[in-house]
Amino acid sequence: MIPANVRDNFPILKQKMNGKPLIYLDSAATSQKPKRVIEALVRYYQEYNANVHRGIYRIAEEATQRYEASRAKVAAFINARRPEEVVFTRSTTEAINLVAYAWGRVNIREGDEIVLTEMEHHSNLVPWQLLAAEKRAKLKFIPFDSQGVLQLDEYERLLSERTKLVAFTHQSNVLGTINPVNEMARKAHAAGALVLVDGAQSAPHMPVDVQDLGVDFFALSAHKMCGPTGAGAIWARYEILDAMPPFHGGGEMIMLVQLDKTTYKDPPYKFEAGTPNIADCIVWADAIDYLQGIGMAAIREHEKQLTAYTLSQLSDVPGITIFGSRNLEHRGGVVSFELDGIHPHDVAQVLDQEGIAVRAGHHCAQPLHRRLGVAASTRASFYLYSTEQDVDALVRGLQVVRRVFSPKPAPVSGA
Amino acid sequence: MALDDLYREVILDHYSHPRNKGTMDDPDIKVEGANPLCGDELSIFVRLVHGKITDVKFVGRGCSISQSSASMMTQQIKGKTLDEAKGLVGKFKAMMHGEPASEDELGDLMALQGVRKFPVRIKCATLSWVALEQGVDEFQGSHQKVVAKASTEAE
Repeated sequence: MIPANVRDNFPILKQKMNGKPLIYLDSAATSQKPKRVIEALVRYYQEYNANVHRGIYRIAEEATQRYEASRAKVAAFINARRPEEVVFTRSTTEAINLVAYAWGRVNIREGDEIVLTEMEHHSNLVPWQLLAAEKRAKLKFIPFDSQGVLQLDEYERLLSERTKLVAFTHQSNVLGTINPVNEMARKAHAAGALVLVDGAQSAPHMPVDVQDLGVDFFALSAHKMCGPTGAGAIWARYEILDAMPPFHGGGEMIMLVQLDKTTYKDPPYKFEAGTPNIADCIVWADAIDYLQGIGMAAIREHEKQLTAYTLSQLSDVPGITIFGSRNLEHRGGVVSFELDGIHPHDVAQVLDQEGIAVRAGHHCAQPLHRRLGVAASTRASFYLYSTEQDVDALVRGLQVVRRVFSPKPAPVSGA
Repeated sequence: MALDDLYREVILDHYSHPRNKGTMDDPDIKVEGANPLCGDELSIFVRLVHGKITDVKFVGRGCSISQSSASMMTQQIKGKTLDEAKGLVGKFKAMMHGEPASEDELGDLMALQGVRKFPVRIKCATLSWVALEQGVDEFQGSHQKVVAKASTEAE
């Protein structure tokens, strides 16, 4: 169960937007932050701000110790075997780029194939396009059906001995579809390919166990799970990280530097060149403590019920088309829709005036929208602090949208 | 900020009943304009006779602001020379970027002034104008039929 007073933990939810109470329905873009996370950031800067892994003084030691403790916390949160399997990045996007660059450039050759899906966020598409262009490799795409579910029979047909990597999202940021990671990973491994999962939309909302999922890479970020922006991570099995060349070169990632050559540190430090985002990585641990205090299973259950409520309430809005599956076992707290041909930017603009924050546009998933046959959609997405009252406000807001854009009589004047 | 400032009646009217919507065979100027921010796209077709715009059409998918702006633009440039049309482009863009504007010069387009209060939507309003300007520039540079591409990013 989500505690009844959970909203009190989030100061921003007491704000007003355009004179109306803020109804925040854009958690898939970024989550709001609990007070303890905000306070932990201030504490870092006020009490022990120092560079990590360098200073021989107390506050530098404290910063280093907390930075590494946060790594261990992230590792435990996704059940990694050891903290060294977690490399801090600045985002999920950078995490995936790290794999495309460091792993991809030595493991992908001409004629190799990378299997993706048609529902990927651009961050799990464009890095592979860049790699494929450089290596003359080929990208293949698993299609999804009218319910927004991946067509696994097609997936099997795409796999071959040329497949070197299968990369897909755990949960779609537009359709909410939760993909069957275990089954897809098994099939990929049987074909001899590695598996990367984009966990940006799943890790914040459900229990994640990378060992149980049976994948090789898992990317996630802090800001979608009550943590600060600018911190993310790539998890990979240690043997894979160990065999990979570095990503960025610079300070912090080296063992010994000579003018003509350098030896590198072991993972994860090999991949963390330069001064990292110390504050935000440290405070990510506070966000995880907060989420675990409530329980990831409870969060998943709450969002499942709220999604069911939303699907039923929105279905009554005249002229609405809701995208994605109705099967809540395979759907997270994301509801994208189209309203009567009214452009999503117009929908969002009217909702904004009602104090309601939704996302409008292609949500960094243009191919997905092309496949749905629309240029853009409006998206409401939830988190532990979202309520049925938020959804009711959305439904009322959509009635205002329809009023503003109800067809007027044809003009008298012509061209 | 009142919503009425943004969604003026004349805007909603052009949105639900766009003027000059459609394609054209063998236009003198064709431009495809895109707003990468929102994925909106529209194409403009211009027919010229003795240096004057005798016909203009547009097709596209987009929000009420981009569509109504394009619709009003087609009405106002018909009958103008290319230089006159470019003059109007300049005046419209200046208005959208905060310069004072006069009803005599811009007519119904004045309704789009309210968009200035919503900065992320300004490029919705200027999309068709940026596209027209690009097409006219290329036509005047080459003196032959052109198919041009334009983006609000280049603004």
